Amino acid sequence: MASAKEILLKPLVSNNPIALQILGICSALAVTSQMKTTLVMCVSVILVLALSNSSVSLIRKHVPSSIRIIVQMTIIASLVIIVEQTLKAYAYDTYKQMSVFVGLIITNCIVMGRAEAFAMKNPVGISALDGIGNGLGYSLVLVFVAFWREILGAGKLAGVELLPLATEGGWYVPNGLMLMPPSAFFIIGLFIWFIRTLRPEQVEES
Amino acid sequence: MSNDRTLKIVLVASLLCIVCSVLVSTAAVVLRPLQDINSQLDMRRNILMAAGLYDAETGGDVKEIFKSIETQVVELETGEIASDIDPNTFDPRQAAKDPKLGEAIPSEEDLAQIKRRARFQKIYLHKGSSGAVDTVVLPINGLGLWSTLYGFIALEPDLETVKGLVYYDHKETPGLGGEVDNPKWRGQWPGKVLFDESGEYDFKVHKGPSPIDGPHDADGVSGATITLRGVDNMLRYWMGDLGYGPTLERLKKQIDG
Repeated sequence: MASAKEILLKPLVSNNPIALQILGICSALAVTSQMKTTLVMCVSVILVLALSNSSVSLIRKHVPSSIRIIVQMTIIASLVIIVEQTLKAYAYDTYKQMSVFVGLIITNCIVMGRAEAFAMKNPVGISALDGIGNGLGYSLVLVFVAFWREILGAGKLAGVELLPLATEGGWYVPNGLMLMPPSAFFIIGLFIWFIRTLRPEQVEES
Repeated sequence: MSNDRTLKIVLVASLLCIVCSVLVSTAAVVLRPLQDINSQLDMRRNILMAAGLYDAETGGDVKEIFKSIETQVVELETGEIASDIDPNTFDPRQAAKDPKLGEAIPSEEDLAQIKRRARFQKIYLHKGSSGAVDTVVLPINGLGLWSTLYGFIALEPDLETVKGLVYYDHKETPGLGGEVDNPKWRGQWPGKVLFDESGEYDFKVHKGPSPIDGPHDADGVSGATITLRGVDNMLRYWMGDLGYGPTLERLKKQIDG
């Protein structure tokens, strides 16, 4: 049995949900054009993952295998709605910026992937840790992608201007492609390349 | 008891549904008042922002500033004030769907592509220290690329010159159509003139940067052609005779005395 620390930290680099498991790519494209929305998305996903993993794990011994996917989906969907409602009540501006993407956590493959692959077989404590760990691994990639997209696409970081824009008398001509979803593919691709150069054991056999 | 017996399946499924629905509805009900306050404040902040009375950077007390605003419910067709409707509770977006308060827009007239509208709209007047109206804020909406954009346009007392244009609700692509929220794009609006000397509508939102740097032309956003065409269409619709035409006429009389 893996130690708690290992379960929490493994998904960061050596078993990263995006880079190795290639899960959750869709939302990684959608929300990463700005750092601020990215951070809110990361916190929401970590929260949903931790809670969904714990709840699924809590009832894992009573879930009939024929309806287990529906059971997981129901739990995840309910959690996401609660997160969305909470954001709407306490962080209205961010809620407005995130618009549909919070709701789309439901379709984030990481959440259901972890529920099915881990929480169904493990006790509550480490399932929660696994959720947090995978959430952090997801966040790591998202923050990395958002960093490059926002700085190259808008010359800003978390809304603060770092590269003076040519349109406002500076020297930096923003790269509009970076604000488009495909650019996240390029950055994630480079990120995966980088990790696999460091850890050649992650490369699939051809 | 085996997990895969039909009874257990039904039992687990029902229990789960009950627990989840209780959680979700509790969250929705408990948080509702806070959400309503938020969305009302947000709407008011946007009205003030359009009118140039509130700056997102420096902030301010929205509730306090909003006290200087007079809200009128007007009947679009006649432009007259509908005194029997309470402006505090009237919600034009809800009313548009209502069979009595709303009406379908014939497709050939539906420039803004909104299909239905409320017969009444809430408009906002701000009076300066002399007591004369110095700003009129009108709600507008129209279809962009993915969604209907809801916003406010603020006019000078001549009812031709724009004071500001703000969108408070839309689901356009962030970074592209969503740039209508960008303070820089919004910054071009003050001073734009919507009508020519004879009072005919004369204004164009261009595709990308405007080739003409004048009061009758506005910059678009590159990569957001359809959203900006929506902005152009909704201005044309709402500022025209089918939209606020009668209202503007009545206001003109009210302002000129």
